[in-house]
Amino acid sequence: MANPQMVMYDEEFKLINGVIEKLLRESNSKVIFLVDKNGQLISGVGDTERFDTTSLASLTAGNIAATGGLAKLIGEKEFSILFHEGEKDNLHISIVGGRVILVVLFDSRSSLGLVRLRVKKASEELTAIFGRLMQKAEEKEKSGDSDFPFAEITDDDIDNLFR
Amino acid sequence: MSFINYASREINCKIVYYGPGLCGKTTNLQYVYQKTAPEAKGKMISLATETERTLFFDFLPLALGEIRGFKTRFHLYTVPGQVFYDASRKLILKGVDGVVFVADSQEERMDANIESIENLRINLQEQGYDLDKLPYVVQYNKRDLPSVVPVEELRRELNFTGVPDFEACATTGEGVFETLKAIAKLILIDLKKGK
Ligand SMILES: Nc1nc2c(ncn2[C@@H]2O[C@H](COP(=O)(O)OP(=O)(O)O)[C@@H](O)[C@H]2O)c(=O)[nH]1
Ligand SMILES: [Mg+2]
Repeated sequence: MANPQMVMYDEEFKLINGVIEKLLRESNSKVIFLVDKNGQLISGVGDTERFDTTSLASLTAGNIAATGGLAKLIGEKEFSILFHEGEKDNLHISIVGGRVILVVLFDSRSSLGLVRLRVKKASEELTAIFGRLMQKAEEKEKSGDSDFPFAEITDDDIDNLFR
Repeated sequence: MSFINYASREINCKIVYYGPGLCGKTTNLQYVYQKTAPEAKGKMISLATETERTLFFDFLPLALGEIRGFKTRFHLYTVPGQVFYDASRKLILKGVDGVVFVADSQEERMDANIESIENLRINLQEQGYDLDKLPYVVQYNKRDLPSVVPVEELRRELNFTGVPDFEACATTGEGVFETLKAIAKLILIDLKKGK
């Protein structure tokens, strides 16, 4: 496999949500999402109900992938921050720890400067947590101590999904 | 790359529909979308040109149900088929868990099929994947048309490794769910094996 398996455990999930909730308050933003680079939503806080979070995650990842492709073409490694300015709402998108995408949606009650400042601090904390998470996943895998739910999966289980 | 979330008890997998331009990839997703209960599907997104040709990708999220208390989600993507969109195709393959190759059964599209399968293999290699080790199924689409190549011949040319394959007519939906079910199964079995 090209990448290590992405996993999330309760403990880190709580820590991560703590960091982005704090970021939400301190940056005065409306919604914050964390998205895996492959387009899968990891978590979201704030006014998430108003948004189609699954679509948002997929398009954000597509956006990062496309600009990453552009970066390579001009000899950059990647563009680690993207900013989209709308009439009311703005999107600040940044890459955390090389692997995860942090999306902050904010309006005129905040500002790009404030968001950028707070994101920087939160990114450091998130990078550390994701680093530990990857380490933990690797250790669990090595020791064979995985609580992997699918070890006993049967054909019937799979057929049931498509009823 | 599948994502297992033990905190929210979810597992997400990414399936990519690959194949030459106009072979019916988008039509496959549209049929799955139409036939899936509202509560089991998200919005289908198509990043298409004004003439309905796929520009970047189509995306369809499915949340089919639970296995062992884990919500099982499949994210279906298609790639743009035209040769000049190769850069986009590479991006979409990132993190893929399983591939459906949709072949156009028409005789005049045989070269395009072969070219596309070779392109798939190369693009996967660039990302560090081996097509022979990845969950992978083949669909022979457009079986309803008059000028189709016999299945045995398609199999010889396009599926010499003998992965599960299916005849289909994506416009009527024939074979569409059989194909999806087969790739979903291979992905889950692959997960079960553990990595
Ligand atoms: N006759 C026939 N037409 C099909 C079938 N599947 C797709 N098409 C048509 O082929 C054209 C291209 O399909 P599309 O899904 O956009 O191809 P894509 O480029 O692979 O996404 C459309 O006009 C479809 O209606 C099929 O099984 N039979
Ligand atoms: Mg298409």
